[in-house]
This record gives sequence, structure tokens and C-alpha cells, in this order.
Amino acid sequence: MIQAILVFNNHGKPRLVRFYQRFPEEIQQQIVRETFHLVLKRDDNICNFLEGGSLIGGSDYKLIYRHYATLYFVFCVDSSESELGILDLIQVFVETLDKCFENVCELDLIFHMDKVHYILQEVVMGGMVLETNMNEIVAQIEAQNRLEKSEGGLSAAPARAVSAVKNINLPEIPRNINIGKPLLPAPACGA
Amino acid sequence: MALKMVKGSIDRMFDKNLQDLVRGIRNHKEDEAKYISQCIDEIKQELKQDNIAVKANAVCKLTYLQMLGYDISWAAFNIIEVMSASKFTFKRIGYLAASQCFHEGTDVIMLTTNQIRKDLSSPSQYDTGVALTGLSCFVTPDLARDLANDIMTLMSHTKPYIRKKAVLIMYKVFLKYPESLRPAFPRLKEKLEDPDPGVQSAAVNVICELARRNPKNYLSLAPLFFKLMTSSTNNWVLIKIIKLFGALTPLEPRLGKKLIEPLTNLIHSTSAMSLLYECVNTVIAVLISLSSGMPNHSASIQLCVQKLRILIEDSDQNLKYLGLLAMSKILRTHPKSVQAHKDLVLQCLDDKDESIRLRALDLLYGMVSKKNLVEIVKKLMSHVDKAEGTTYRDELLTKIIDICSQCNYQHITNFQWYISVLVELTRLEGTRHGHLIAAQMLDVAIRVKAIRKFAVSQMSALLDSAHLVASSTQRNGICEVLYAAAWICGEFSEHLQEPQQTLEAMLRPKVTTLPGHIQAVYVQNVVKLYASILQQKEQAAEPEAAQDVTQLMVERLPQFVQSADLEVQERASCVLQLVKHIQKLQAKDVPVAEEVSALFAGELNPVAPKAQKKVPVPEGLDLDAWINEPPSDSESEDEKPKAIFHDEEQRHAKQRQPEAEEEELARRREARKQEQANNPFYIKSSPSPQKRYQDMPGVEHIPVVQIDLSVPLKVPGMPVSDQYVKLQEEREHRQRPEKDRRRRKKKDKDKRGKPRRHSSLHTESDEDIAPAQRVDIVTEEMPENALPSDEDDKDPNDPYRALDVDLDRPLADSERLPVQKHRNAETTKSPEKEDVPFVEKKIKKPRKKEKKHREKEREKKEKRKEEKEGEPGANTVTAAPEGGGEEPRREERGDEDEDGDNERDPEKASKHKKKKPKKKEKEERPKDKKKPKKKQPPGEEAAEPVENGALADEPLPPMSSYCLLAENSYIKMTYDIQGSLQKDSQVTVSIVLDNQSSSFLKGMEFNVLDSLNTRLARPEGSSVHDGVPVPFQLPPGISNEAQFVFTIQSIVMAQKLKGTLSFIAKNDEGSTHEKLDFKLHFSCTSYLVTTPCYSDAFAKLLESGDLSMSSIKVDGISMSFQNLLAKICFHHHFSVVERVDSCASMYSRSIQGHHVCLLVKKGEKSVSVDGKCSDATLLSNLLAEMKATLAEC
Repeated sequence: MIQAILVFNNHGKPRLVRFYQRFPEEIQQQIVRETFHLVLKRDDNICNFLEGGSLIGGSDYKLIYRHYATLYFVFCVDSSESELGILDLIQVFVETLDKCFENVCELDLIFHMDKVHYILQEVVMGGMVLETNMNEIVAQIEAQNRLEKSEGGLSAAPARAVSAVKNINLPEIPRNINIGKPLLPAPACGA
Repeated sequence: MALKMVKGSIDRMFDKNLQDLVRGIRNHKEDEAKYISQCIDEIKQELKQDNIAVKANAVCKLTYLQMLGYDISWAAFNIIEVMSASKFTFKRIGYLAASQCFHEGTDVIMLTTNQIRKDLSSPSQYDTGVALTGLSCFVTPDLARDLANDIMTLMSHTKPYIRKKAVLIMYKVFLKYPESLRPAFPRLKEKLEDPDPGVQSAAVNVICELARRNPKNYLSLAPLFFKLMTSSTNNWVLIKIIKLFGALTPLEPRLGKKLIEPLTNLIHSTSAMSLLYECVNTVIAVLISLSSGMPNHSASIQLCVQKLRILIEDSDQNLKYLGLLAMSKILRTHPKSVQAHKDLVLQCLDDKDESIRLRALDLLYGMVSKKNLVEIVKKLMSHVDKAEGTTYRDELLTKIIDICSQCNYQHITNFQWYISVLVELTRLEGTRHGHLIAAQMLDVAIRVKAIRKFAVSQMSALLDSAHLVASSTQRNGICEVLYAAAWICGEFSEHLQEPQQTLEAMLRPKVTTLPGHIQAVYVQNVVKLYASILQQKEQAAEPEAAQDVTQLMVERLPQFVQSADLEVQERASCVLQLVKHIQKLQAKDVPVAEEVSALFAGELNPVAPKAQKKVPVPEGLDLDAWINEPPSDSESEDEKPKAIFHDEEQRHAKQRQPEAEEEELARRREARKQEQANNPFYIKSSPSPQKRYQDMPGVEHIPVVQIDLSVPLKVPGMPVSDQYVKLQEEREHRQRPEKDRRRRKKKDKDKRGKPRRHSSLHTESDEDIAPAQRVDIVTEEMPENALPSDEDDKDPNDPYRALDVDLDRPLADSERLPVQKHRNAETTKSPEKEDVPFVEKKIKKPRKKEKKHREKEREKKEKRKEEKEGEPGANTVTAAPEGGGEEPRREERGDEDEDGDNERDPEKASKHKKKKPKKKEKEERPKDKKKPKKKQPPGEEAAEPVENGALADEPLPPMSSYCLLAENSYIKMTYDIQGSLQKDSQVTVSIVLDNQSSSFLKGMEFNVLDSLNTRLARPEGSSVHDGVPVPFQLPPGISNEAQFVFTIQSIVMAQKLKGTLSFIAKNDEGSTHEKLDFKLHFSCTSYLVTTPCYSDAFAKLLESGDLSMSSIKVDGISMSFQNLLAKICFHHHFSVVERVDSCASMYSRSIQGHHVCLLVKKGEKSVSVDGKCSDATLLSNLLAEMKATLAEC
């Protein structure tokens, strides 16, 4: 079982927090912080497994993470999951994001947390791996997007126009160049 | 009006959407909290609006804030509103928010049951999917119980997308509602062979998760999994299955034998490292479970070890880590195979990655032998030096001690070496593990008698250089070793070379800076030393020397008397008085040594840590029995004076009773105290506040020696452990000729054996190294008659325990899932499942649980009775082959309606029941007897306004919306019609087909004669006269459910359609073509869909004046208003908007968007219903239908 899926950036800012076990919000934040400090001090070229210890569920649990450009993807899993399998799964998840957002970068996750959740929901459900076939995942996401479009979306035309206007005063978006760095190198490597 | 609309949409334009919120937060880095609280206020405003899109947008923003750590549980109700939106876009937002913030403590979660049920049975697979996903995150025991059957039905959905989600969520349902496991298991098992790989993988996933907790119950699935393993190409599935086998093999060694070959093949063939790794893991598990007798046993081990070596040598740190992890598993049973790779493991100790170093350390633990212990520890010691001041160093330290002390020091051949290692470890600055070293020193000195002399000399040296050890920092945990040193020197003072010198060392002023508990031990052991010195001096007839020692004591002890630590102070005072007394005696030339030594006479024996626990209870002693009878609390108040008197009497008795044994008790207590006082294991060290000495008077004048810490501690006369390495080599050298001789013999024997390297390695480690000195390791004492058992207590709160059920046992009738079935099929047989759902569902608030249980009990009793009387009906677990528009079936009691007790459930209103065919009544006759019992006591309910659909306490009679369609000797059809808001002008007819014969029914085809108004949706390309095939076959006694969609033009009138079900009945004698005609009745009610409505919106609707009005009145109603409302809700698909006293407003909507508003008033014996509706014909038809229902009340 997967206990939690956390995505945060190099500064520990949460981008996606998904617990499959109930924790009050402040504990969730604390876990995110502690996890961040654990993975932060690890070089990129050492192993991707961490014994989480008391963090979430005790000794049966491991933190399995991957670091992409500006983001850490951390899965907290118990011993029933295959370590290498989860690493592959993270790759599948990120590649799916890449397909759905077209060259995904941190900005996409920042502004479309809901969509990232919907994508994740097609990969992991209630802490169990639902689908690992990327094509299938993408197909389902696209079908749902079409359905949403046919309904007119959340904020129909007028709001979108306003949003475009609001977007104009955005001088600081490129301020942090990294934030727009694609998570995956140009030719996505095979999982 | 139009202006208002425009204004609304302009307002909406300026509502922030999620992106605006994120952008805003990023632009307000300095006052983020303030900005967010401002946004939350805006969100609260948005949530108050009626526009669902605005609400959904607000909830979406809340979900983002939740991620930032804001509690959004206050919006739970709004989230539910968004969940119940008809558009997928909004629904998805609602469910996402719910999955992030709902949990078992969320009270409004009870309100979601029907919404979720509705979504689960939605014709759109994505509505169902989103509901399943959301539910998987917040399923509660109540939801699990109420929805278990709906989800189970979805496991057979036509869309694999739904099937796999339904299969996965079942695991959560099992956890929350363990009773569902056995009834659902057969279908889960079926899904292992589902044609869709995703569904199959989900089923494997769930079963693996279940089997991991209770493997023995899943052994019977092994053949199936074996087949899957050899046929599947999905690595995910393979990994799960292989992991599962790892859990199963310890229970069934034969399985392991069968597994070895395919697994080895996989190891050789796969290119996926993840799969390879899991295969190796499972092979290891298999090999562990096979004690012996495998022909290729060692070959497999070798294969695994080789593969793991490849992993460990890989440059990928992940593989290296996993390789070490798996290696440690092999180590437990086949240490020799692993020991061959010692070099590799030691190499990993140098790795830059701490995770890997820790794994390597774990491995080392099992790799040591008598031969390599010294070498390995030397290597570790060098790492200790390198890893200055880290947690890793502490880890190293504990590992060194673990490695050396494991299995009762079995690998240690030279305890002098070990003591030296321990002494060397005391050089560590700032470790937390001083007490570990101390414990080891004590243990070795006490248990290895031969080493005491050496230990004492080392310890005295340590005490002598105590200022070094305990130097700079009081925080330094390492000073704990002085505790051990002092005790050892005191207790075994007869071995001391220069006791006087040690005595002086222990009385130095610097000692008072040590923690209190150490000082206390110092004081106590100073006396022991003193006693032994006195004896020595007296024997040597040196009275002056003896008096000098006494004088020294008298001079130095006062510094301890001043200690702020009570224990130190107390001991020091006693000792000081004793010594002063001795001094007086000495002045008179009285020999005192003998008597002083007598204080410490006797040998100490080590006691096993568990000894106390293992003392058997003496025969005839009942620890739970009262020693005195407890005073009874039954005495009433006016008896009090008497009671006091009585009490006194009791007290006397109390004293008398133990008197007889008092002596015995005192003796035992004394013995125990002595045992504890003398046993080092009983002294609990509690570090006292370390800075205390600073507050002590006169601390300034204590000379503090400055020590240069960069100089490594090298205490004169203290051997360093390294030299033992040499010593051992020398010893080995001496022993070698003999060893060689032996080896040669051995080699002759196994000539055709394996590569020489291995065999030689094996033999070498097999051989003992002669110990450096004769060692007598005293085993720890255990009480006589100690019980050998180590009862391992299992955690009674383990959530997985409830899932430990026998899955092979045939399903008892009482355990079927709460299923709604047709009334006739319902029967008699399953008491449990029936009561559970309908009672619970109605009751929303947890506080009503108690009542629920009572009710359940009662129902159960009745059912049991029923069982005796009722005829056995077919037991059916219904299944919906299509997901669309399906409502959960629940069971109901057949006799209810004859009572005039029309069963309705207020919440589950999306179903309705139509007139009951006369036929049925006949069948139900036999059960009539029970009716009176089941009737609910008419209750007057509280007059408070009730929220939408909320209910008062009164339990409701069970209801069902399925009614009989047609029946013959082969088959019985019951049906229910359900509309859906998503697709206007469509309704779904669910038909439960129950095979009542002993024939196998197949080739079923459902057909109706379409009317102009109502048409059956047929597969594309088929003509209007073709039937629709039923997508399943029915074995004897089985029932299943099929769903058919109808398109309706006008819904204002009820209508009937003629139809036929044709099928082939096949039995032993052959097969026959049969058919059954029916009339499908579409009532107006069936076009209504329960839709919640809020009072303000409701008021607006009524004010608008677009609605036409009509009313009815029904007399002679005895039913309570509560139940009445429930019936209307259930059978006519209404929801309660508001209720005050015996008056309620209700609302519903048709599939074509007609609003229907009702005002229901209850008089003495009558009920009047005023209705308003956008269509007058529809309203009058609806009211007529309602009148029929009410007339039965």
C-alpha cells in the first residue's frame, strides 16, 4: 500500500499532497517538512530509498523518491510494494504529467494542482496502484477532459477572458527561470 | 430578472479562480497569511451563492488551501453540495475535495451515502469512477456497509475502467466492514481471470494485500496464482504474485518446491531488475521455508547470492541497496553463502550513502564468526574513528556491541580483546551509548569469571584516568562507563593490584562533577574497596597503613555528603559514620577488617532479564482472587452507620488474614530487595540534571585540569585492542598445522564437490579457534520451574485481524452482503444482511447507533423465527452487468405491505415501487404471522425543523422498490425503474431475474413492444422488433440483475408496455424454449429523481408563480408522520426541504426538469398533500399515485 504521495520543490514548497491515511492538516505539513529535510540532504547520485522510521507508519514503511529538475516526488510505501516498481511508477506518473501538460514543468503543477490530482487518481487509487499503462492513463484523462469541455468547463467563456486579462500583468513569472524548467529531459527516457 | 442575471455573471467574472488564487498567493509573499484569510472570506461568500459553478470554483480553491495546511473541514457540507452537482466537472471537484479532507470523524459524511450510491449507478462511467476514487479515500464503516453490495455489483460492470476501480476499492471496504469479505470473495477471485489486464492486476493487488496479513487463508488460491505467474506478462502483476508467494511458502513448503523452477527461469530470463529482485526475494523465502531435501538447494542459493552480488556491485545505488537488503535475508538461514562475500559488504561500509552503509552494517552482524570477528571489529573501529560525531557513528557503536555480544558472546574467543575494545570505545566523544558500553563491561565482568582480573585492571586504569573520560562535557554520555568501572573495581576488589591507588582515584574531588547515580555507585564501591584494603593491611599487620586509609576516607567522604543528589548524600552520610566508627575502633587496636568485609560477603550471579516475569505462579495461588471480599456497593444510604461499623470489622479481618504469612512475606521481600540491590541489572540509571555542580558551594576552588583532547587517550598499561589482532594471528599460526591436516582429510572426502574456494571458506569458518583463555560464561539464572513459553502478544487492535477469516468455508446464509433483493427471493435465509442496510441507512447520526443495534437484534430474532416457518427461497446475490442507472438492491420483508406498512426509505429515494401484483400476496401469506411484531411503535416525533432528509430517531420499517413483474415455474422477474438527471428522457429499468427451477437458463432475451412514447434502447443495428439479449446465464437457484434503458417522449402520463422474456431452459432431460410475458408499468413517479433543494430556493420557486396547483387528502392514517415522510421520500423520490411539527415541504424533479413541490400536513387521522408543479397533468397523476400509497398507510 502507498501511504502518501508528496510532491514538493527544491525549497520544500508543497505542490501536491495526497495522504491515503488520515492525518490532521498540521501533521501533514509537518510530515512534508520532515520528508523534505530528509531528502534534501541526499545527493542525487545516492539511492532513492529512505527508511522513514517514525515519520508515517514505522519501520515497515519506506520513502521512495525521485528528483526531477525542481521537484521531488516522494512516495511513502509499506513492504508490500516493490521498491523498484514504485520507482518505475513515479516515472510513469511524471511521464504522464509530461504528456498531459506537454513538457511539464513546475509551473504546471503550481497552477493546475487539481488536474495533477485527477491524473494521479488514474494511477493510484486509495493507496493502491490502479494503472501502470501510460497510454491507458492518458486515454482516460483525455476522455474526462473532453467530457468536461462538453459541459463547458468550470469557468466558461467570460471568466476565461478575464483570466487572460489578468495574465497580462505577469512580469515575475520568468523571474524564477527554474520554475519553468521541464521536469523531463527533452526525449523522455523509457521507464 | 435579466439584469440580475447579467449582474451575476459580471460578479462571477471577478471571482478568483484557482489560478488567480495561486498567483495572488505568490504575489503576496510578505503577508501570505493575511492574503489567504482574505481569500477564505471571499470563498465563504461564494459558497453562499446558489450558482453551483461558483460553489465548485470555491471548493476547488479550498482544496488548494488544504494542501497549504489550512483546515477546510468547515466547508464539508458545501463540498457535498458540489459532489451532488449533475455536471461531471463539478462533481469531480467535489469528490476531490472530499477525498482530501473527509475522514471518519466528518459528521456530514453520513449524508453522502445516497449521493454516492446514485453516482455509483450513474450511466456515465466517469461519474461512477470519480465516486469510486473519492470513496476509496474516505470510506467509513457505515459507508462500507451500506455500499458494499453496490460496489460488488460494479465488479461485474461492463466497462473495465469501472471494474478495476470497484475491485480495488473492495479492499478498503473489507477493512472497514470485514463481514463483506466472505460474500464478496468469490467474485473477487473471478476477477483474477478477468480478460482485462487492468482488472486482473487490481484483483491480484487486492488479494495480495489481503494475503499479506493472513496468508494461510489464501493458500487455496496458490494453483490459480501459479497459473497466472506462468502466463502473465505484466511485470506489475508478476511482482505482486511473486511477492505473494513469498508470503505463502512458509506455510506450505510443497508450494515452494514447485516454485523454484519457474522462478529460477524468470531470474535467468527477465531483463526487468524489479522482477529479478522480487524473484530472488521469493526464492530466498522458499529456501528458508524448506528445511532440507531439495536437490538443487545449494545451487539455488548460489544463484541468488550471485545475482545479488551483481546487484550490489552495480553502479546504481538503488540496486546496491536492495541487493544488501535481500542478502540480509539469506544471511539468516544460510550465513555461509553470504560470508563468502564479506569483502563486498565491507566495501559497502565505505559507501558515501548512509542507507547503504547501514544495510551493510546489518549484514555484518550475521557474517561474523570466531575467525573473522576480530578483523571485522577492527575495520568497524576504524570507521568509528572516521565518523566523528554523527548518528552513523552511534549506529556503528551499537552494531559493534551487538556483533560481539550476539548469541551469548559465542564468537568471542578472547575476552581480553573484547574488554580492550570496550575501553577503546570509551574514547568516543558525545555518544549517546555510554550505558551500552557500561552494560557490556558489567555483563562480561560478571559472567566471565576468568576475565575478572584483567577487567579489574582495565577498569582501575579507566578510573584513574576518569578525568579524561568524563572530561570536558557533562553532557557526555560516555561517563556512564565510569559507573561500570567503579562497580567492577569495588565488587572484584580482590583482583586489584594497587587498591589504594584506585581508592584515591575514586575519592578525587573531580568525581563530584559526575552525575548523581554514578557518584552513588562510587560511594558504595569505595566502601567495598576500603573493606578489602583493611583486610589486606590487617593481614599484613600494618595497622598504621590501615589507619591512613581510614583517615583518607574520613577526609574525602564529606565532599559526597554535601552532594545535592539525595542518593549520594544518603549513602555518603552512612558510610562516613561507619568509617568514623571504624576509626574509633582502630584507635583502640580492635581488628575490624573481618566485620567490614562481612558487609559485602557473597557472590553475585547474573539474572536473566526476563527472570522475574518467568517466576511460575505457585500452585494454589490465584492472583486474581480477592484477598478480602470487596465491600459491596449495594448498601443503601440509610444503612450507612451500620456500614461503617461493618467496615471496621472488615478491616480487622483484613489485618488478621495476612498475619499468618507475614513472616514469610517479610523474608521474601528482604530477599528480593537484596537481590535487586546487588544486581547491576536492577539499577536503573537515571541521568540527573547535569549542570547541578555549578550551583554547589565551593565549586570554584576545585582544580579543573585542562586536557588537550586532540591527543588520543592512551592510558599507560592499557592494552589497545589492535594488539589482539596480532595475538590471534599468532595463535592461528600455531594452530595451523593441525588445521591443515584436518582440511586435507576433508578435501579427500569431497573431491567432486564445488569450487574449491567455497569449500575451503566453509571449512575455515566451521573451525573453531582455540580460545585464548579458558572462559566460563556463566549463563543467566532463571527461576526454578521457569515457564519456557515466550507468549507473544498480538495487538488486539490490529485492523487486519478482523480479515482473518476462512475463505474456503461455504458461505453461510447469515453472511451474505446486505443486498436488496426481490421480496420473494429475499426470504428467510439471511437475517444479518437484511437488517443491516435498511436500518443503518436511515439513521444518519452516530448517536443513533445504539438504537440501531437494538433494532438489529430484534430483527434478527424475528428472522430466525421466520427461518423456521418460511419456505426456503432462492438466495440471490444480484449482479448488475451494466453499470448504468442501477440502484442498490436491498432486502425487504415480504409481508410488510400487507400490513399497510408500505416500506419507504426517505433517503434512498431514487427508487419507487409500483402496485404490487396480486400474485405476490399469495406467496407471502405464510409469513403473515410475524407482521404484528415488526410493526414499529407509533412514535410522536419531536417538532424541530428537520434538515433535508434528516430523520428523527424513530426506526423505520424496511422498504424496497422492487416489485414483481412476472413469474412462472422457471423464472421470477422483479423490477425497478429509475430516472437519471444526466440523460433527460431516459429511464433505466433494472430487472432481477431469479431462476426458480432446477434447470440451467440461458439464451435469455428481453423484448417489449415499443409504444410511440416509450422505446427500448436496442443495440445499434437491430430492428425495433428484436429483443435485447440478457448478458448472463442463470444456473439453478441463482439470480442476477439486468438493466435496460428506455427512452421516453412525454412523462406526464403513466404507461404500460407489454413485453416477453424468452429463454432456453436446460436440464438433464434436455432443453426447452420457454417464454414469460409481462407488463412493464411506468408510473409518473418513476420519472422523478430525488434532488435536494434548499429552503430559500424552494421559497423562490413557489413565489415565482409559474406552477400549477392541486391537492389531495387521505383519511384514516395511523402511521407516524416521520414514517409517512420517509415513505413519500422513498417511493416517490422526494426529499424533505423543511419540516416543522407535523407539516413538511418536499421537493423533487422530473427527468425532464419539471419542478414538483409538495406541502404535506398531517392532521389527527388524515394527511393532506398540496402540490405545485410546472405541469398540471404530471402533478395530478403524481398525486393520484401518491394517494394510492398513502391509502395503504
